[in-house]
Amino acid sequence: MIYEVFRQERKGQPFQHAGTVTAPDEAFAEIYAREQYGRRQESVALWLVRRDALTEIDEFPDEFDLKYRRVDGYSIKARLREARERAGTLEMAPGGGDVG
Amino acid sequence: MDTRTREFLEYVQEGGQVETGDWMPDEYRSKLVKFIEMHGNSELMGVLPERDWILRAPTLQRKLALTAKIQDEVGHAQLIYRVVEDLGKPRSACLDDLVSGKSKFHNVFHYPTKTWGDVGVIAWLVDAAAIVSQKALLKCSYAPYARIMKKICWEESFHILHGRDVILAMVTGTQEQFELVQEALDRWWEPLMQFHGNVIPAEEDPMFVWRIKSQANEDARQQFLDGYVPQIRELGLVIPDPALRKDEETGEWLYTEPDWDKLRAVVTGNGPASAERLAFRRLSRQDVAWVEKVVLAEAA
Repeated sequence: MIYEVFRQERKGQPFQHAGTVTAPDEAFAEIYAREQYGRRQESVALWLVRRDALTEIDEFPDEFDLKYRRVDGYSIKARLREARERAGTLEMAPGGGDVG
Repeated sequence: MDTRTREFLEYVQEGGQVETGDWMPDEYRSKLVKFIEMHGNSELMGVLPERDWILRAPTLQRKLALTAKIQDEVGHAQLIYRVVEDLGKPRSACLDDLVSGKSKFHNVFHYPTKTWGDVGVIAWLVDAAAIVSQKALLKCSYAPYARIMKKICWEESFHILHGRDVILAMVTGTQEQFELVQEALDRWWEPLMQFHGNVIPAEEDPMFVWRIKSQANEDARQQFLDGYVPQIRELGLVIPDPALRKDEETGEWLYTEPDWDKLRAVVTGNGPASAERLAFRRLSRQDVAWVEKVVLAEAA
């Protein structure tokens, strides 16, 4: 059986994929993973997941290019300038009215 | 080359990385297996010269450190064979090919160790040469291999320090101890200079073309010389190559051309300790076959 090993380096950090171990069962997988990925206190926690228990999704189609859900879907520069002009606050704005 | 292969090649050459389940050209897969398997073999064979010194280590502290290093190296072999397995070649087949002499391991592990000085030189300089290559593998186009390299490099840095500490203890000891180090360096320098392989342009090295390696052989050697020649010389040790010097204009190290035919002969199993080491590996494989049986029966 192949187990994927994820390790956490410090409390609060995300678990990251470290490698794999082959073991006949979970008890051996635990021993092997401990030896390989934890014996020098380099990890505070390990996740062992049987490879056949993992579901992977690796395609994320975006046929309609749904940009309104992302920050790069918005360009507010011109409108903000217009709004400031209208309100008479253009000179007060940080950077002399430049909108980043 | 078909379109898909060409696109794959462009992808890895632009720094793209590949995962186990991704499509890859057969040629890429077989190059990966060959390269990574040899690395695994080298980790496994590399512990034999050091193993000889566990019982002869001069102090308990040295014995423990050496044993820990050996455990690390065997662990590296396990991690690396696991990567090879995912590429389609089972570990048992790797071990079969290793003991039958069909696959290779690094030149430096085909030499005998004569004194405790050798142990220091191996842990310091052989591991230093290895870490130059291994650091460059952190950028390998095959991501699972690159990922385990992080752990391997991390452990190797402890080995180098352990080796340097052994050397420092000896060069600050008696005249006889100093001479043991010098004598070991005299014997190890040639294999060290051969370690990174003959000079070929990166573009002609298939391992570079597929971005399995990220640097040319000569770049690795230059990096090793840059880092370690000053460290060796500052201890009063003499590197046994009168031609070795840094060209101040180009920044390149010049040296006596190593004997590449000899390197080829050594890595194809004709080194001074090749036969003995392989015989030992064959024997230990038979000796521990029962462990595998017990483990599998226990789990069944």
